[in-house]
Amino acid sequence: MSQIELVLFLESAVRLGIPLALAAMGETITERSGVINIGLEGSIIAGALGGALGALAFDGAGLGVMVGALAGLTVALVFAVFAIGLGADQIITGTAVTIGGLGMTGAVYQARFGATGTELSLPTLAPLAIPGLSDIPIVGSALFAQAPTAYVAYVMAPVAWYVLFRTPWGLELRATGEAPTAAEAAGVRVRTVRFAATLFGGAMAGIAGAHLALAHAGTFAENMSAGKGFIAIAVVVLGRWNPILVLFAALFFGAASALQFFLQALGFDLAYQIFLAFPYVLTLAALAGWVGKSRAPAALALPWEPHR
Amino acid sequence: MTGGIAPARAREAALLGAGAVVLTLGAGALLLLAGGYDPVAAGAAMLRGSVGSWNTFVSITLVRSVPLLFAGLAVALAFRAGVWNIGAEGQLYAGAVAGVWVALTFSGLPRPILIPAVLGVSCVAGAAWALVPTLMRLRLGIGEVITTILMNFVGIYMAAWMVHGPLQEERGVFPQTDRIVEAARLPTLIPGTRLHIGFALGLVIAVALAFMMRRTRFGFHIRAVGAAPEAAAVAGRIDPARIVFIAFLASGSIAGLAGAVEVSGLTYALYENLSEGWGYTAIAVALLAGLRPGGVVITAIFFGALRAGAGAMQRDAGIPAAWVDVVEALVILAVLGLERVRAARPGSDVREGET
Repeated sequence: MSQIELVLFLESAVRLGIPLALAAMGETITERSGVINIGLEGSIIAGALGGALGALAFDGAGLGVMVGALAGLTVALVFAVFAIGLGADQIITGTAVTIGGLGMTGAVYQARFGATGTELSLPTLAPLAIPGLSDIPIVGSALFAQAPTAYVAYVMAPVAWYVLFRTPWGLELRATGEAPTAAEAAGVRVRTVRFAATLFGGAMAGIAGAHLALAHAGTFAENMSAGKGFIAIAVVVLGRWNPILVLFAALFFGAASALQFFLQALGFDLAYQIFLAFPYVLTLAALAGWVGKSRAPAALALPWEPHR
Repeated sequence: MTGGIAPARAREAALLGAGAVVLTLGAGALLLLAGGYDPVAAGAAMLRGSVGSWNTFVSITLVRSVPLLFAGLAVALAFRAGVWNIGAEGQLYAGAVAGVWVALTFSGLPRPILIPAVLGVSCVAGAAWALVPTLMRLRLGIGEVITTILMNFVGIYMAAWMVHGPLQEERGVFPQTDRIVEAARLPTLIPGTRLHIGFALGLVIAVALAFMMRRTRFGFHIRAVGAAPEAAAVAGRIDPARIVFIAFLASGSIAGLAGAVEVSGLTYALYENLSEGWGYTAIAVALLAGLRPGGVVITAIFFGALRAGAGAMQRDAGIPAAWVDVVEALVILAVLGLERVRAARPGSDVREGET
């Protein structure tokens, strides 16, 4: 690999890792509160369509990202009402929200742009080079000449870590996920905390979706989330529910996905579909190899009702 | 865990299901109104396209319900045992690929051997696809929700690779296999229609599963482990790992059959994107049926009618077919919501032993 190829590889690794990082970081907060949101995929696709429609409506990618975040949050709200408000099973609720999110975005897209999907060209999120940092040899442009959404992920990782492990809020959040009844006895409003954590996760997934539409593709396509919500949930496990480790795990996955294009470009004669399957196989392998050492929040996925 | 979504009595399950359908149709109509469509025209098109005539009902609705019937039974069995198999989609593709491979490779065999071989190998393939998440759960303690979903993507791409590569048609033009020989095709069930005996096979499996669940020791063990694994282990001297293992693989093999039956009963060739997400629809099918095999027969036909009607809705009323996925999601949410309302009623926590 020449130096130029290496730089290109790192750039695409970071670009592909960022949506995973954004979604997984939100999900880390959600899961720390004891809620597993399998509907993350639905929030991502809603964020992608919301981002696309927002960018068109306001003729600007930045506002598109805001609309995307709002769309992701709205989908997470549906999940939260059923899974937290009504105490319904989180896995099944999340599955329904994913099916509904994919269907709803498909229906809206077809209604707006026709069943065949006319070529949709969107205002894109232009890369923003950080002066100084982006001049670092090799890794500089890969890390610091990315779309602005990438910096949301970089900043969010230490901030989320600090809030989670060094503030009273973070303590309440973790207590809610480990021992909700004890947290309630200590005066924590468990369901409120879980609602907030879930909506935050949805908004982050929405930003991830908007990033897919506005920074990657420059267009929206049905099912363009392509399982990233599920990979993000696996990334949370690999990052051991720690926002900083989660950022690194997501970038690692970005590198794995970038590798598929790279090996192809370098002339490895493997079928295209095998490359497409690669990130999912890698996720499975990584889960099998790593997970034994980590521990999920004790109350994860358990429905809980207040004691009054 | 599954106690909450599998009502104790059949009558209750039926009431709950009917209530969920009414709620869904109401919510669906409101959504269509909000989207600027005419819900009456949509409903009329849907009815015409699904139950408009005997031939429409048999050749379109029932034919479309067949893969949902198999996949729905697979999901119901797994959920009953407390196994969150969201992987019917991938298992279905594994079964379809294996089935079509047998049909193409051993095309010289006589029909009485070839058809059972196709179906049998597809069962094994579906079970093999489920084996990875099963072992990851039992040996490594990794929940099956994410692993089964990841296996779905691997399965879909594996099938896509097959029809672009090793199993592609001789001409090498389209991403599909050659058509399978006559001897590998399932016979027609009702002459003059497209309905094949795969539908009857699904009914037989439903009856067998219903009998197994209610009348056999093993069925009791499945229900016990699904309701409370620790209690089953302590009080019933049941080995939950063994039950989970068998139920997971059995679920995978029924889902595998869904793929092979579709190919050998209807399409006669494997295409890319054979499934319209049947493995996910199956979750709605199973939940609406209260995870009861008998109920799955009815709900599979209901969703078959929805899918058939959606085509007509798109043609006649210009409503995107993707709305059906929204309806599926609404059905699941309605079942969950009604179930929670029911559980909140005083005294409803007392569950009958009979399930």
